[in-house]
Amino acid sequence: MNHSQPVIDTSPKVSDEIRKTTCYMCACRCGINVHMKEGKVAYIEGNRDHPVNKGVLCAKGSAGIMQVNAPSRLRSPLKRVGERGSGEFEEISWDEALEIASTRLAKVRADDPSKLAFFTGRDQSQSFTSFWAQGFGTPNYAAHGGFCSVNMAAAGIYTMGGAFWEFGQPDWDHTKMFMLFGVAEDHDSNPIKMGLGKLKKRGAKVVGVNPIRTGYNAIADEWVGITPGTDGLFITALIHELMKAGKIDLHYLAQYTNAPVLLDSNPDSESYGLFLRDKDNKPLVIDLKSGKKVAYDKKGIKPDLNGSIRQAGITHTTVFHKMAETYMAPEHDAANVAERCGITEETIRRLAAELAHVAFEQEISLPIEWTDFRGEKHTKMTGRPVSFHAMRGISAHANGFQTCRALHILQIILGSVEVPGGFRFKPPYPKSSEIHPKPHYGYAPNKPLDGPHLGFTHGPEDLALKADGTAARIDKAFTWENPMSSHGLMHMVISNAHAGDPYKIDTLFMYMANMSWNSSMNTGGVMKMLTDKDENGDYVIPNIIYSDAYSSEMVAYADLVLPDATYLERHDCISLLDRPICEADGAADAIRWPVIEPDRDVRGFQSVLCDLGARLGLPNFTNEDGSQKFADYADYIVNHQRKPGIGPLAGFRGDGSDSGRGEVNPEQLNKYIENGGFFVEHIKEDASYYKPWNMAYQEWAVGMGLFDAPSPYLFQLYVEPMRKFQLAAEGHGERQPPEHLRERVREAMSPLPVWNNSTDKDFPIHALTQRPMAMYHSWGTQNAWLRQIHGVNPLYVPTKIWQENDFKEGDWAKVSSPHGEITVPVAHQAALNENTIWTWNAIGKRKGAWALDEKAPEATKGFLLNHLIHELMPPKGDGMRWANSDPITGQAAWFDLKVAIEKVGAPSECEPNIPAQKSPVGKGPKNLTWKVGT
Amino acid sequence: MTALPPKSDVKLGLVIDLDTCVGCHACVISCKGWNTENYGAPLSDQDAYGENPSGTFLNRVHSYEVQPEQGAAQTIHFPKSCLHCEDAPCVTVCPTGASYKRAEDGIVLVNEDACIGCGLCAWACPYGARELDQAAGVMKKCTLCVDRIYNENLPEEDREPACVRTCPSGARHFGDLGDADSAVSKLVEERGGMDLMPELGTKPVNKYLPPRPKDQGNEIDILAPLLAPIATETSGFLGWLDRNLEKI
Amino acid sequence: MHPAPSVILFSVLSGLGFGMLAWLGIGKPPMTGFSAFIFFFVAYALSVGGLLSATFHLGNPKNSLKAFSQWRTSWLSREGCCAVAALTVMGVYAIGAIFFETHWMFVGVIGAMLSVVTVFTTSMIYAQLKTVPRWNHWSTPVLFVSLSIFGGALMTGQVTVAMYGFVAVGLIQIFAWFISDSSFSKSGTTIETATGLGNIGKVRMFEPPHTGTNYLLKEMVYVIGRKHAAKLRLIAIILMIVIPILMIGMGAQHGIKAIIAVLSHVVGVFASRWLFFAQAEHVVGLYYGKRG
Repeated sequence: MNHSQPVIDTSPKVSDEIRKTTCYMCACRCGINVHMKEGKVAYIEGNRDHPVNKGVLCAKGSAGIMQVNAPSRLRSPLKRVGERGSGEFEEISWDEALEIASTRLAKVRADDPSKLAFFTGRDQSQSFTSFWAQGFGTPNYAAHGGFCSVNMAAAGIYTMGGAFWEFGQPDWDHTKMFMLFGVAEDHDSNPIKMGLGKLKKRGAKVVGVNPIRTGYNAIADEWVGITPGTDGLFITALIHELMKAGKIDLHYLAQYTNAPVLLDSNPDSESYGLFLRDKDNKPLVIDLKSGKKVAYDKKGIKPDLNGSIRQAGITHTTVFHKMAETYMAPEHDAANVAERCGITEETIRRLAAELAHVAFEQEISLPIEWTDFRGEKHTKMTGRPVSFHAMRGISAHANGFQTCRALHILQIILGSVEVPGGFRFKPPYPKSSEIHPKPHYGYAPNKPLDGPHLGFTHGPEDLALKADGTAARIDKAFTWENPMSSHGLMHMVISNAHAGDPYKIDTLFMYMANMSWNSSMNTGGVMKMLTDKDENGDYVIPNIIYSDAYSSEMVAYADLVLPDATYLERHDCISLLDRPICEADGAADAIRWPVIEPDRDVRGFQSVLCDLGARLGLPNFTNEDGSQKFADYADYIVNHQRKPGIGPLAGFRGDGSDSGRGEVNPEQLNKYIENGGFFVEHIKEDASYYKPWNMAYQEWAVGMGLFDAPSPYLFQLYVEPMRKFQLAAEGHGERQPPEHLRERVREAMSPLPVWNNSTDKDFPIHALTQRPMAMYHSWGTQNAWLRQIHGVNPLYVPTKIWQENDFKEGDWAKVSSPHGEITVPVAHQAALNENTIWTWNAIGKRKGAWALDEKAPEATKGFLLNHLIHELMPPKGDGMRWANSDPITGQAAWFDLKVAIEKVGAPSECEPNIPAQKSPVGKGPKNLTWKVGT
Repeated sequence: MTALPPKSDVKLGLVIDLDTCVGCHACVISCKGWNTENYGAPLSDQDAYGENPSGTFLNRVHSYEVQPEQGAAQTIHFPKSCLHCEDAPCVTVCPTGASYKRAEDGIVLVNEDACIGCGLCAWACPYGARELDQAAGVMKKCTLCVDRIYNENLPEEDREPACVRTCPSGARHFGDLGDADSAVSKLVEERGGMDLMPELGTKPVNKYLPPRPKDQGNEIDILAPLLAPIATETSGFLGWLDRNLEKI
Repeated sequence: MHPAPSVILFSVLSGLGFGMLAWLGIGKPPMTGFSAFIFFFVAYALSVGGLLSATFHLGNPKNSLKAFSQWRTSWLSREGCCAVAALTVMGVYAIGAIFFETHWMFVGVIGAMLSVVTVFTTSMIYAQLKTVPRWNHWSTPVLFVSLSIFGGALMTGQVTVAMYGFVAVGLIQIFAWFISDSSFSKSGTTIETATGLGNIGKVRMFEPPHTGTNYLLKEMVYVIGRKHAAKLRLIAIILMIVIPILMIGMGAQHGIKAIIAVLSHVVGVFASRWLFFAQAEHVVGLYYGKRG
């Protein structure tokens, strides 16, 4: 019998048109090809030319089509008509909405601009929103970095002028051993996956250091199931073992770090522990050749790691001497940390040995000539092919800053930062912390702020304190409670505003921040603060304006809702002034543009700020004649100049051929669209590594406008500004910490990282959350495709606790912390640290939110751990409000949560069971048969 | 038609690397997106925003835990779609001839114009590769993106299944497993590619590359001598330092 | 497997109907005229009604006619063809018996054989599936065919045959249950062979691919408690076999006892058939951490 089969069309038309823009389904910001059929979005795939994702796309990205059609999209400006939190609104016009907002805000600006707290969440336009806040004149602006991963950002920048996050990457093409600590899935997620794929292809070793073996850790060749919060202890043990074996890169340390810098070693000096400097204020080193003290950057010197100089009866020794004293101490021996880390002594030693072996026995060398900042020419680029990556896993602890610092010190003693096979920065990094701005907080009625809000403090003089010593900012950033809080403390804003500590505010203005739900610690408490009334029956936080594209939990708490457009309906720029999308080999930026028009009465939030800025007469948003300066965000993107020739977008400036610096080009956005939505300028080979010290890179960076003059610097193993804060705590200087903080500042601000932690016998179990790869914060839930993958989130319990509690499949448990309790479903996981439980982040939803049915599994079986975490530490009886944050940066210590667990009978729903909010957009349709083409 | 075609030399299929898959579900959604818009009826979703959401997917990623006799348990992400079996039981059971295996490349397809939605092919498939779409009432399955891989409207480099094109970690490979010299065949050869449920005699074309041995570090300690101490305390260390600084 | 009412209804009713036709085809009982019409009416009502109910199981019944095309490979197609052939041939025979008071024996025997073969093809739809080890056994067709034949005997008043037959059917049923309880574990298909990960160690599901349900879980991963199943088996065997035998033993040629025997048997067969589906474990359940 002959085989017969249907004839099918194997070359159907794919789409009418492809529009290339940038994804916004998480913070990764991949390039996407949006296939259009009949004017509608038909299919989304990765853009092969794009520097971030090179064609690939994750589940979230491909599900963008379900985000753009989500029934939860807000449709119109809303004015609250019921009680706060109820979700009772009436739709109003934009004119009315903008009139309400501008009238209120104009009064605030005229009376006291600090009464506006403007905080943005998953905002990808921070350089713009901060610019608006500066124009308004409030000191109270930040994005969500403070509760996300500021420890990582700040530790990286203070130590080595750049951080992991998405600001750097392992040298995926050359690294031979890669050690991955806990990372959040929404930063650099596709690049990490692509990189791991490259390592797997080459057979490089991947070590996963994580209490939980899922995702990236599942494919790690070796899993180190560390006890949460002990990463710093583990890392300092690795440092100890490597130093003890002499497996450190002495050349690298001597040439490129402050290890040879001399410290004032006179205990009686006001500058005890600070660098010895010459008359030009340059740190001094001893030159091995001459034995003389010289400026660190003098040509031809050989800085002595163990140099010393005797002056006035005092022997001043080096940073490295101090490091030897610190890290050679037996407390850092593997044997003395093993139990606390949950890692065997042998494993710690072996990993140290493997790192040493790969770094030093498998050294690589690229035949690339380059010249360093001292003017010395090199014929090759030597590489130590071990690399590391980390993010929230190690940073969202109260000891996170020092842990991140310790990891950088480990990288640096191995000589594996900015070298082939090691860790590489992405432009605009590397960039010394000293050329970043300092915090600004000077405000006055009807005046713009005196400078950018956020920055890097370098001593007590940079703190944002009022004359009376109280905090200038509502979140108490840059105070003695957290002197180096470079990203602010968004998680403290509502709590502080409610408590009137440091002061009361009038208007809380937020963007894309689900603060009444998954983005807050102490969710129930925050809901109460937002709805709490004073003795007059007025809300304690008088006015709340909120902008979001979707019907999130936070919408219900706003007095005025400004509906944002979805990411395919608006302009955006992913700017070098902000959190760019560069790769190690090039600078890149990108745009979003409206590939479809909104079918609702919504406006891009940034365009609304342009309008609002003009209505308020903000100087940076009005022309001299008082008219509106930027018609919309697109107008701003093209025409705004931060400095002459430097604007939000670096590409296609001037006549379209200038990169980095150049005149405004009215055709710039069209050029970006023609180019696939992005711009990339590659770095020449001789500038590709050793960037902080490589003059070819420094000059390229100046040309690109990343900074104004070559700015080479040394890696700061020893962070001098921290010592300055310590000195103040020890009683030196004009500005000193208040008594109740003196001891804490002295301990916390150790200029070489040390590890510390607290234990609580009543709550012996660590509790963590992880981001599922297929969901981003709360956003995935409204997505008909993604919510099928993660509609509930069991609490995963390790074998030991599972057996101790005699748990069975389908059981429930009560989990309690010093702050509260929740009752949730449990599931067993064997590949889990034996003292750790965890769940997926932000699956649980409040009933009525996100246009879901009130019986949606996310609302009945999904839950938040947030109820167990408080923004404050338990009271110490001193009347003070101690934040549950890193004492250096103020980073929210999400992962310090300790709990107890017990089996309970199954309730009908998770507890606490928060009553429903009314949906301002109704509910989604029952069934979906989505096909836009015919 | 439901008779299997004569053996073909070309056997198009996927090779899935379990050592590399991070379980991100990218393939699941790109598949859903492409196949909602292309071949046959869209992949529908029921109770999409409600209490019991469910829908048709042609590719799903399972996660397993494997407990070796010694050492830590391992987590393995496991994407699964139609394996385009050589002896495909789903084809021969079909009463209408809707389910068929293409003679030229071995792709197993459903001709929706002939499908009565009886579900027997899904019963016959051991792998759970077929799902009856609840809106269209016809059987849906992986087409190996037959409307992409030969599609002259796509650039040459995009003529691969949507799941392969999108996979961020490069854990999915597409090619001709009938050609011993193809990249996929070599990969299967090198890495010991395996069949799922070989005992059922379906002869899957798709192969799975097993995870590489993990957590072997504890047994291999040849590196230990590398960490011979040069000093155990600060002063000894600084002495060593002085001696070695001369050499650099 | 999901015990879909339409499929259970179909297989039980059509089994009985074709069983009746088989007996009628060999002239038992040797009725003609209106009496024959009654018997044929009941037999056709059962078999055709069963077939129609099966179409409710279809997602897309408009293409049903195509189902006759693949008889070379598909048992489901063969069943369709045989059913139509049996009904057609027996229709000719029935016309003879009702209108011409004659039994065209040759036609009848062919029709009877086709009727039995139809039930056999039905059973082979299930028995052929290696994916359901519980069904993938010779006892499946034996049970289906014997139930059909002796159920048909009861319905056509061949009570003595039915009584002895039921003893045999009961034994076959118990044997089938006994064998099938271990068939999954004996099949050699495990979560380790399903995932290929057995050489690393013991495999268990950690997370399902989707937290919600899907077609596969609804259709093929039906779970029934062991105790519940044991209880139902007892009820099934009592209703299907024991009570009809008792009734026949007490003289159930006609009247109330005959009605009780028939009703009890039919309800018993429904219970047995419900269990046949509900207890059947599809190997795909392994991927979901369920043993069927």
